[in-house]
Amino acid sequence: MSGRSKSRVNDFVVRLANVNGTGSASANGLLMKAIFRMGIPVMGKNFFPSNIQGLPTWYEIRITKDAHLARSGRVDIMVAMNAETYQKDLREVSPGGTLIYDSTWPRNSVLSRPDITILGVPLARMCNEKFGNARARILMKNMAYVGALAALLELDRDVIKQLVEEMFAAKKALVPSNMDAIELGYNYAIENFECPLPTRVEPMDKTAGHIMIDGNTAAALGCVYAGATVGAWYPITPSTSLMDAFKGFAERYRKDPKTGDRNFCIVQAEDELSAIGIVLGASWNGARSFTPTSGPGLSLMNEFIGFAYFAELPAVLFDVQRVGPSTGMPTRTQQGDILAAAYASHGDTRHVLLFPANPKECFELSVKAFDLADRLQTPVIVLLDLDIGMNDWMCEDLEWDDSYQPDRGKVLSAEELEEAEKFYRYLDSDGDGIPYRTYPGVHPKGAYFVRGSGHNKYGAYTEEADEYKEVVDRLCRKWETAAELIPDPVIRKSGKPTDLAIVSVGSCDYAVTEAIAILAERGIALDYLRVKAFPFGDKVEEFLENHDRVFVVEQNRDAQLKSLLTLETDYPKERMTSVLNYSGLPIDCRCIVDAIEQAAAKGVAA
Amino acid sequence: MTYIAKPKIVHEGLARNALGYTIRDYEGGMSTLCAGCGHDSVTAAIVQAFFELDIPPHSVGKMSGIGCSSKTPAYFLAASHGFNSVHGRMPSIATGASAANRGLHLLGVSGDGDSLSIGLGQFAHAIRRNLNMTYVLENNGVYGLTKGQFSASADVGTKAKKGEVNEQQPIDSVQMAMAQGGTFVARSFSGDKEQLVPLLKAAFKHDGFALVDVLSPCVTFNDHESSTKSYAYTRQFFHRAIHLDYIPPAKEIKAAYDEGDVMPVELHDGSRILLRKVSKEYSVNNRGAALDYIRTHQRRGEIVTGLLYIDESEPDMHGINQTTAKPLSELPFDALCPGSDALADLQNRFR
Ligand SMILES: Cc1ncc(C[n+]2csc(CCOP(=O)(O)OP(=O)(O)O)c2C)c(N)n1
Ligand code: SF4
Ligand SMILES: [Mg+2]
Repeated sequence: MSGRSKSRVNDFVVRLANVNGTGSASANGLLMKAIFRMGIPVMGKNFFPSNIQGLPTWYEIRITKDAHLARSGRVDIMVAMNAETYQKDLREVSPGGTLIYDSTWPRNSVLSRPDITILGVPLARMCNEKFGNARARILMKNMAYVGALAALLELDRDVIKQLVEEMFAAKKALVPSNMDAIELGYNYAIENFECPLPTRVEPMDKTAGHIMIDGNTAAALGCVYAGATVGAWYPITPSTSLMDAFKGFAERYRKDPKTGDRNFCIVQAEDELSAIGIVLGASWNGARSFTPTSGPGLSLMNEFIGFAYFAELPAVLFDVQRVGPSTGMPTRTQQGDILAAAYASHGDTRHVLLFPANPKECFELSVKAFDLADRLQTPVIVLLDLDIGMNDWMCEDLEWDDSYQPDRGKVLSAEELEEAEKFYRYLDSDGDGIPYRTYPGVHPKGAYFVRGSGHNKYGAYTEEADEYKEVVDRLCRKWETAAELIPDPVIRKSGKPTDLAIVSVGSCDYAVTEAIAILAERGIALDYLRVKAFPFGDKVEEFLENHDRVFVVEQNRDAQLKSLLTLETDYPKERMTSVLNYSGLPIDCRCIVDAIEQAAAKGVAA
Repeated sequence: MTYIAKPKIVHEGLARNALGYTIRDYEGGMSTLCAGCGHDSVTAAIVQAFFELDIPPHSVGKMSGIGCSSKTPAYFLAASHGFNSVHGRMPSIATGASAANRGLHLLGVSGDGDSLSIGLGQFAHAIRRNLNMTYVLENNGVYGLTKGQFSASADVGTKAKKGEVNEQQPIDSVQMAMAQGGTFVARSFSGDKEQLVPLLKAAFKHDGFALVDVLSPCVTFNDHESSTKSYAYTRQFFHRAIHLDYIPPAKEIKAAYDEGDVMPVELHDGSRILLRKVSKEYSVNNRGAALDYIRTHQRRGEIVTGLLYIDESEPDMHGINQTTAKPLSELPFDALCPGSDALADLQNRFR
């Protein structure tokens, strides 16, 4: 055995190659959770096919003492459980790494590599001997490799046992068999290999005050905490789990324990054309309402989004982006809807966008989205992506301030209407471009006509040029107000004077942060701005102006964030360089480091 | 939608309803539809029905899609909240409105293009949800607003104004609603106010989705000889199956009809409708038989009208969801937000 790996304690990547539908997800989740509970920062990402059973799927776990929670591009340990992808999986192990495979069936010696360690564990044979039931044999193989890894990586077996008990809290009878499977793998590894490997874990205390949660769940929780009562949706990957989570939380927190009456109404609509209509019908009536969707759904919603912009109705949309165009790759990640969301619908429209970079921000910006939508009386689109939405991310505990009161914006009460002489829907009485509105049924004086056709500032139908222009020009004033209300970008200075900067967005954040650290060691200092919202606001403009060269890092082919910066700021486009990842897999720091180093070498960055 | 304010002159001796409103309080802006358009007669019937129902105008949400028919909410109930949505998608607006505010009375107006082509999916799903609303479909067999193309409700053999013949089978909203499990299905004719007004009142009182399909001739594009949606044709082949009288909660039923022919149906608020069979074979609460009857007459070129089917027992969207009785939009924030302790507790699940 040559190329024995150098020690990589708490700093390595395990990739598990599985077959979809064989129950590997829970075993892989268990592994990641065990590392998290041992106090070691950890990242887990699922690369899965658009399929229910049979196609290859990978799970990547990065154990990262320095909390670099993005992909590193390495594979130190490969658990190759899928014969079909074995060759590819073998190829992808980093030199010095280890490959573990099911040695029940002999493997061709050609399928070998001199620079890595290959360990065979007869998982299927052991499980077939131990368990009678055919389905159990398949499922238990997963638990058996968890056991083998426990020995090889020196995972805390008490933690694993605890997790298994929690996992089967509702079906306690399954605990012993699962523990037996883990023991099988564990004992085999102890008896046959030198355990632990030099690449292994060591307990730390760096996960206290943190949770592991996916962005869809966190965003759904934000909807609950913001007081949303109406949710409408049409199922689409990767947004489905957002509504599933909302339903779960609402059943728990919003149902009268005695009567079973629900303080919420979820409508599974016939399509996205309807889902957005339901949201608007509800917000017209003063309920906080939302819809989760993904690119294809956003496309369908366009007409109503423009309607809401023009008729000035609040709406909260979550677009959990996936790979486009068209059906694209539904289970892969991308930031490909930035432009489609910013200018959704025909005519002159622009929409407020929020870009969370991790689940904690999903929670916070979800609440913020409702406040902004109500305050600005306009759709707000929260742009997640599959990576944030569906993967469990380690993030700081979510916090809630009990003094929070929702900002419902300018809504006239029955008393205010009683006192008012007359109510006109679209007057800009305060000069901020935001008119007053009323809810139906509240007071006879509050009645008005919501319409997508041309209307004047009094709310009446018009085809008069001046009256029409007065309204759409006011909407521009409202846009300026929006720029003052949106959350600030996150700015991190390099600590050294530099003309170079990175501008990025959303789930690129950890990869960018790691790249900046690596480049700093190599003598390239970079300031960093992460946009959190559109309109961009003055702070973005100012940051850009203070740098000669800006690398715009994003996950799509057409540099959509860069395009939006070109259109919506005064910064010259020649001074922006794109760094793009659009493979469908979450970005890793290497592509950023390489691009910027190459640019520096060419003098572009000087 | 063009809207011309109509001067409101209240004549002294004008009748007032129980709330003290006159019929003028239920009117809207001046119609800009073609003179003689069937839709204007439906507007007049809606005004009459709401006046007689003693409903405060501002407690009504009137909604529509796009089309000449969908313009009409501007011509009635000026003091109601209006929502002129996009083409074919009023049912989703109504669904959201109902979800948020079950206290609002919902009245939707649509056309045959709006409901049976671009909005067919939304129409069907509103029925499926048994959304608590009155849905008036002003059916003229054409797209009026885009100048006379055939709609999906045009009968086979109908000639367009320029001579083109429709060869495709029509989609009949009534048969569709019956097949879809609709709980209140009615058809009438814009020229028959006597039938239409009580139908609208009963529809409004029905707890669930109430379809009132009204044949409403388009005088500009579809009122010629070879059209089955013309005034002349409709008047001639109009076949009343079931006559309906609406009786408000307080009033006694006067036994004006022969036993056996009259069937009282009690609505949820205690009001009743009296169904009088004009045709002996008609069966108003047997879905299959009713559908059969409608089809048999359709083959003869006859249009069966009246309240064609009613079922008061099915739960509406909120009944199915078991939504709390108070409108969701009126719930205080405290009742909705679980607070910081719950969040801290919940997060243990994620460690
Ligand atoms: C998305 C969209 N496509 C097309 C149109 C054009 N359009 C306006 S009204 C209409 C047809 C209306 O027909 P119907 O509902 O029968 O109403 P009518 O005018 O006959 O009362 C069409 C096609 C539109 N407004 N929106
Ligand atoms: S075109 Fe037809 S439907 Fe439209 S207003 Fe004129 S008569 Fe009525
Ligand atoms: Mg029509």
